[in-house]
Amino acid sequence: MMNNVIETRGLTVRRGRTTVLDRLDLDVPTGAIVGLLGPSGSGKTTLMRAIVGMQITRGGTVTVLGRPAGSRALRHRVGYMTQQASIYDDLTVEQNLRYFARIVGAPAADAARVIERTGLTGQTRQLARTLSGGQANRVSLAAAMLGTPDLLILDEPTVGLDPVLRADLWDIFRRLVDDGATILVSSHVMDEATRCDRLLLMRDGSIIADTTPPDLLAATGAETAEDAFLTIIERDRAGGHHLLGEVTNGAANHRRPSRRRGRRRSSSSGRERSAGRDGGTR
Amino acid sequence: MTAQRTLATAGRVLLQIGHDPRTIALLLVVPSLLIGLVAWIFDETEVFADIGPAMLALFPFIVMFLVTSISTLRERRSGTLERLLSMPLGKGDFILGYTLAFGLLAIVQTAIAGTYAIWVCGLEIEGSMVLLFVVAIADALLGTALGLLASAFARTEFQVVQFMPVLVFPQILLGGIFLARDRLPEVLETIGDWLPLSHAIDALTAVATGSEDADWVWLRILFIVCWIVGAIIVGSLTLRRRTP
Repeated sequence: MMNNVIETRGLTVRRGRTTVLDRLDLDVPTGAIVGLLGPSGSGKTTLMRAIVGMQITRGGTVTVLGRPAGSRALRHRVGYMTQQASIYDDLTVEQNLRYFARIVGAPAADAARVIERTGLTGQTRQLARTLSGGQANRVSLAAAMLGTPDLLILDEPTVGLDPVLRADLWDIFRRLVDDGATILVSSHVMDEATRCDRLLLMRDGSIIADTTPPDLLAATGAETAEDAFLTIIERDRAGGHHLLGEVTNGAANHRRPSRRRGRRRSSSSGRERSAGRDGGTR
Repeated sequence: MTAQRTLATAGRVLLQIGHDPRTIALLLVVPSLLIGLVAWIFDETEVFADIGPAMLALFPFIVMFLVTSISTLRERRSGTLERLLSMPLGKGDFILGYTLAFGLLAIVQTAIAGTYAIWVCGLEIEGSMVLLFVVAIADALLGTALGLLASAFARTEFQVVQFMPVLVFPQILLGGIFLARDRLPEVLETIGDWLPLSHAIDALTAVATGSEDADWVWLRILFIVCWIVGAIIVGSLTLRRRTP
């Protein structure tokens, strides 16, 4: 079972009356960069917060590294980078990372290691307030890398960065995975999809495709990841869920039975959207 | 909760303030300036001898309340609190770290304000100097603890500043500075008797005039400490790892 770093079953999150995540089943395998792609508002951040154990859930289970999400033991092993750079403006880069290292229980040398890894050596003594957006982002990433976690949850780490910086970050991600970590990274920049080993496409609180970059392009016949994603959304919207069968690979199979389970439940709650889509699956 | 993480947090808070010299200056000098102003206003009367000790309770309390509530609110809003709670940081580490850091500042601030009130403004202290400082520091820590609590219920800076009139002003009005508490209407007198700032004012006045013995003053200090502990406990209960 340790083949999967993250497993969610029937994960449901509601905020007020809106269902943000709808009976979500998900498997994330070890040692890969898994891209979580989808338009803003599709539930990416909520899913990530549920995996880190910071989200109040309404139903279902989230298992991370074999333990319930948010367990005390996991707080050393899961690194979380929030969407905004969550660092102290009025501390230097080094002071920020030294503090977080002490909280994680990492040796003091670890701060220097992550500074070097994220290419911040020149900014070590600079106040975080005076950093550029890209640099601040990298400090936030460096903090998530402290203590060499087995799993990194990165929420839109490349948003608002220029292409050169983005490429740098993806190189860092690749090195982390080469060293044995697993990364779940969200983005709404579809072009970044091609850099992932595996792709999860999300829309309206559901995973609508679980695939790999080559399969995605092959199945949709699109030239770019962006076109492919638009195609999938179009098909999903049209209720042609069966078309996704070509896109999704084996890992998605477990998803369908649960959809059928879901349909029975949803018929009572009268959720039109999922009922309509399941009609397409049949 | 570990001593290492609590101390790391306290050290980090102090480092942050260390990068902000203007805040340090305001923190350390403002209470003294205000006490000096009050002394000046009543220069040709005997009033300062009566209310001077109360001022020593008032200004550090207000300043610490504001500084603490705003800095913890910033932590909630910047996302760093969420990051910390996803790490192996205990809620107690967080709250106690802040209390320690601001408590240390409160001690320095009170030492300056007290020294200034006595040697520059001519405030006469009949009782024990040590006791005077213990009460004043407990009082500043009370401001810190209530500030931590207030920030838990505020979502924006506007709200947290509004909490000052809510949590602080009634304590000043009912504390016996404007009118002795036993001359207040009965209901207000009872409420005033349970508010912590009243006891800080009573204790400081008692030490200054030498009207009560040390045991009486220590009982007041104990009462204030109970409020501090209560506010810290409730404050840490409001920290949630899981949020909607």
